[in-house]
Formats: sequence, structure tokens, C-alpha cells
Amino acid sequence: MTQNKAVYSLPSVLADVPMHYCPGCQHGLAHRLVAECLEELGVAEKAICIGSIGCSVFIYNYLLVDTVEAPHGRAPAVATGVKRARPDNVVFTYQGDGDLASIGLAEILHCANRGERVTIVFVNNTVYGMTGGQMAPTTLLGQRTTTCPEGRCKEHEGQAIKMCEIVAGLGGTAYAARVALDTVKNVKQAKKAVHKAFEVQLEKKGLGFVEILSTCPTNWKMTPVQANKRISEEMIPYFPLGVFKDVTSAEDKG
Amino acid sequence: MRAIAFREDRCKGCLLCMTVCPKQIIIVSNRFNKAGYKVVEVLEKNVDKCTSCAACALVCPDNAIILGPRKRRKKGEVADAREA
Repeated sequence: MTQNKAVYSLPSVLADVPMHYCPGCQHGLAHRLVAECLEELGVAEKAICIGSIGCSVFIYNYLLVDTVEAPHGRAPAVATGVKRARPDNVVFTYQGDGDLASIGLAEILHCANRGERVTIVFVNNTVYGMTGGQMAPTTLLGQRTTTCPEGRCKEHEGQAIKMCEIVAGLGGTAYAARVALDTVKNVKQAKKAVHKAFEVQLEKKGLGFVEILSTCPTNWKMTPVQANKRISEEMIPYFPLGVFKDVTSAEDKG
Repeated sequence: MRAIAFREDRCKGCLLCMTVCPKQIIIVSNRFNKAGYKVVEVLEKNVDKCTSCAACALVCPDNAIILGPRKRRKKGEVADAREA
């Protein structure tokens, strides 16, 4: 017996073009998860993506949705304006850690605190990828980058910022989760989290936030397979995976 | 349709698919694609071992893997009965 159905097909929201990312970079995978969720929720037609600065700056070439390109770090502020002007559209930002956790820290915190009905997809690879591997706020202690060649030092630079915990602590956040893309199981959980982050926006509960732990083999100076292992060996022990806030589950219980 | 095929122009040779394949049939070929990456392949004799579990397609960052229809096999059935 043969099922004449392909077991795996790409979402139509995702453009079928080669991506510019380095070999093993998981941005392509994160793009696909977002595209799949938009398609499954049936909101691709009314989705507006807010692009950010970083490697993912060309997201408008890969996701076939309307896109606004925000200044560095200001994607949550732009998303606020877009959502308030067009409340019926589904608005999401796609940001890296240099963009969201550093220059855009004020924007994301106030956006979450106001409880804007937007979705934030935050890809954390612990380094500034596009500009050549400088230290980011999320760089782990001891990690060598071009601006901390001896490794990040707690006394001088402090510890890595755990964005998901901070955003989960703010009043307007409806859903905050941290997921990883290193194993098949984690990718499936990542998709569920992205799905949920869009659902809370559609249900007008508040801000949906997903932190995706991803690799940067080029700037970590590792092979893609080594870099993938680093997620489970070094990143997950410091950045624990899980759902940090979910207002919908609290309603179910009480 | 072949159980598993690679779009070689998309493959960047990151080998993440190789690490997740439960049957360990994905290997590095000696071919380079246009972009200069060494692509992966599944040898013709191993194609029938593929169960179309889609683990490789799920982790491929560049969407380079095409999977054919999943074939349900009876216990003990010979694998090469797969449709061409």
C-alpha cells in the first residue's frame, strides 16, 4: 500500500529560492517554522512581517508576506505602530540577539509591558553574526568573539542576558517560551511554540514571544555539526528551554 | 518517485541531515555543486532503506531535501518492492 502523498512539503509562504545564509545556519529553518505556522493558521494573506537588522535583514526575500524594514532594534516599536494602524492584520517581528537584546532592549521591554498584540520571533545565536562576530549581550561567559578575544569575562562584561525570563516577567506578555533547533524533537517543540505565539496574538491576549536558540557556525569558528552540538552542551544549560509564561494555560487551570 | 532526493543546487554541505538520519544512509559525495559546496547523497543501493521519516528534511536549513511518499511495509516484506 502506498500513500500517494508527499510526506513533507514546503509551505507556500516560503519563497522557493536559495538562501544567502552560511552553511548550517539555522535561520533558514526558523524562517520555515514561521512560514508553516502562518500557513496553518491561515493568516498568510493578512500577515505583516517587521524585518530587523542582522543576518535576517533579507527576510522579505524568503517570506512571501508584506514586510516593513525597521531601523536597528526598533522592530517592536514599528510593529506597535503597524498593529495599531491595522489591528486586523497579524503583525510579527523577526529579530536576532544583537538587534533585540542590545540596541533594541528598550523597545522590546516597553512593547511587552504595554501588551501589544504582536508576535516576536527572537533568534539567539549568542553573537553578532552579520557584522563579523562581535560580542552580543547574549554571548556566554568564556566565549571568544572578535571583541572579547580572551573570552567574555564576568567582571568586565557581565553575564549573558536571559531575554525570555525578562520578557516573561512583564505584565503585557501573554506567552513567552524558549526553544532550540538542535534536534528533531526540539524543532517540533519550536514549531509548537511559534504557533502558540501567533495564537495569543489572534486571541488578543497580549504579546507572544519565542526565543529560538540557534547556531552561527561561521562566527563560532566551528563546523555546522559541532555548532549544533554546542547548543545542547553549552547553551541549553545556561538558557533553559521551556515555557516561561502562558496566560492561556493559567486560565484553563483557574 | 524516489524515497529521498536532494536538490543539489540548494545543498550547502552542512551535514546536519547526516547526523539525524536514523538509518545512517546519508553520506558525503565527491561532487561539488555550482556554489562550490560538497553535496550529500544516498547511494542507489540504500534508497530502499529510507523510511521517509522526514527527520533530515525537518532539520535541513536550506530546504534541499525532497521526500517521496511514505511506504507502509508489512513485517518481513522485502524493501525493494518500493515503487520506482
